[in-house]
Amino acid sequence: MSDRYELRFSGSGGQGMILAGIVMTEAATIYDDKIAVQSQSYGPESRGGASKAEVIISDGPIDYPKATAIDCMLALTQEAATKYHKDIKDDGILLVDSDEVKDIPTGKFTVYKFPIIETARKELGKEIVANIISLGMITALIGVIKESAVEEAVLSRVPAAFKDLNKKALQIGFEKAKELKANA
Amino acid sequence: MAGKTVRRLLQGNEACAEGALYAGCNFFGGYPITPSTEIAETLSRELPKRGGKWIQMEDEIASIASIVGASIAGAKALTATSGPGLSLKQEVLGYACLTEIPCVLINVMRGGPSTGYPTGPSQADIMQAKWGTHGDHPVITLTPSTVPEIFTETIRAFNLAEKYRTPVFVFYDEILGHMREAVELPEQGVIEVVDRAKPEGKPEDYNPYDTSYEVAPLAPFGKGRRFHITGLNHNDDGFPTNDSTKIDEGNRRIMAKIDNNVSDIESTEEYLMDDAEVIVFAFGSTARSARFAVNRAREKGIKAGLFRPITMWPFPEKALKKAADKAKSIIVPEMNLGQTILEVERVTGHGTIVGLQRVDGEPIHPTEIIELIEKHS
Repeated sequence: MSDRYELRFSGSGGQGMILAGIVMTEAATIYDDKIAVQSQSYGPESRGGASKAEVIISDGPIDYPKATAIDCMLALTQEAATKYHKDIKDDGILLVDSDEVKDIPTGKFTVYKFPIIETARKELGKEIVANIISLGMITALIGVIKESAVEEAVLSRVPAAFKDLNKKALQIGFEKAKELKANA
Repeated sequence: MAGKTVRRLLQGNEACAEGALYAGCNFFGGYPITPSTEIAETLSRELPKRGGKWIQMEDEIASIASIVGASIAGAKALTATSGPGLSLKQEVLGYACLTEIPCVLINVMRGGPSTGYPTGPSQADIMQAKWGTHGDHPVITLTPSTVPEIFTETIRAFNLAEKYRTPVFVFYDEILGHMREAVELPEQGVIEVVDRAKPEGKPEDYNPYDTSYEVAPLAPFGKGRRFHITGLNHNDDGFPTNDSTKIDEGNRRIMAKIDNNVSDIESTEEYLMDDAEVIVFAFGSTARSARFAVNRAREKGIKAGLFRPITMWPFPEKALKKAADKAKSIIVPEMNLGQTILEVERVTGHGTIVGLQRVDGEPIHPTEIIELIEKHS
């Protein structure tokens, strides 16, 4: 891992992108042995509008808390993909929701497409866990943070009644990303 | 003392609330405003559990008035706001300075003036901290630049307020308020907590502004000692005075209690400054961009260093002057249109001071600073 591993979770306000960033950071700093910083950016509205969370992971102290050259980015909406992809590294990764993002940003980075929101709706009956499926996918795609650490972080944040649902969502994410990677 | 430390991932604003609780804060009066709201939110949950009081007042002026009142009654009191709220609080802040009531105000800076840009960062209130309320008055302002430092500086703010009987400010920007980092929260007793001096002697002999002290003990209102407090210039007993000698003495004394203790209040960080030829002067989240830039410049063989005020007011005059004497140039990035650069110019009188200013609600990017370092190395 380089001295900065940079992640960006983007979508629209209300899709849980900031929560995904928080959970990843918690996984890295509390349940794994990394140093991490999470920051966020959003407009005055709490629902709708492009929203993003950024997570910097490192083995040492982190100075600048925002992304400079992104290793991996998630985009759940077209607006987020278009607006936020410019900082992805040449050898970086872009994961998009294939139903939402039709106009795939061009660049030297690797693009993975998957119907994330549709999978949340069909397989788990709840669109709301699309962010947790995404989190699982990102975890498996980057291989920087232990899957067990991410699972612990997710489960520590959700009420007892929703632990099962979130655990399943995360597992789906891990598996789907591995399939995508194998078929790439 | 080895304490049991808990490691938690906290938002800057949550770390601030934790710092306040650690320091013994038992009263919060506020009027929530983005991007400071999580401070009020966290304390609304935590204070009642610990026997403290939390109240949302009808507006910002009432909020600052409530904490001044609570402090007079003996509480360790906090309010938190952002620029628009800070503007409204100025009248009572002046009252707290003159009446010498300890209290802590957190200002999480967003774009201004007016309601400006609520969800974007700014550092444009830094001069308001010093000059916001009228009249000559003492100012202590702390400017942390990491989430763990927000925790420790909030504790220090309470300690300084109690020690010097004065309002103390902690100013940080929206990025720090909302970002998350792991924070080590030590057990009580590991970090020093200061409580205000208690008056001794007979209650009838008590003077709240006893000039035989540098900082007179403050008795809690309603607990045995009767005394008067006014925003007018006053005598040792707290009643108004027209005596020019006493007016002069009081006005000078509230300034002197800070000016004579700068070495106790001052706090700076010097990073790679030993042989630095290009100095970057930066605070808050901008100091993090600057640190990134300094590291990159060093990789390119440029002798760059970072001077970071952790106490912004009183301004670290001696330390900066000493550091600047050896420098070829000083770069001053800040998220405003040139405020702290004026202090750097005043203090150092250096011939090559270069400002880098941004007011678009975006942080200063490290590459902007690197370019200036290269140009002026």
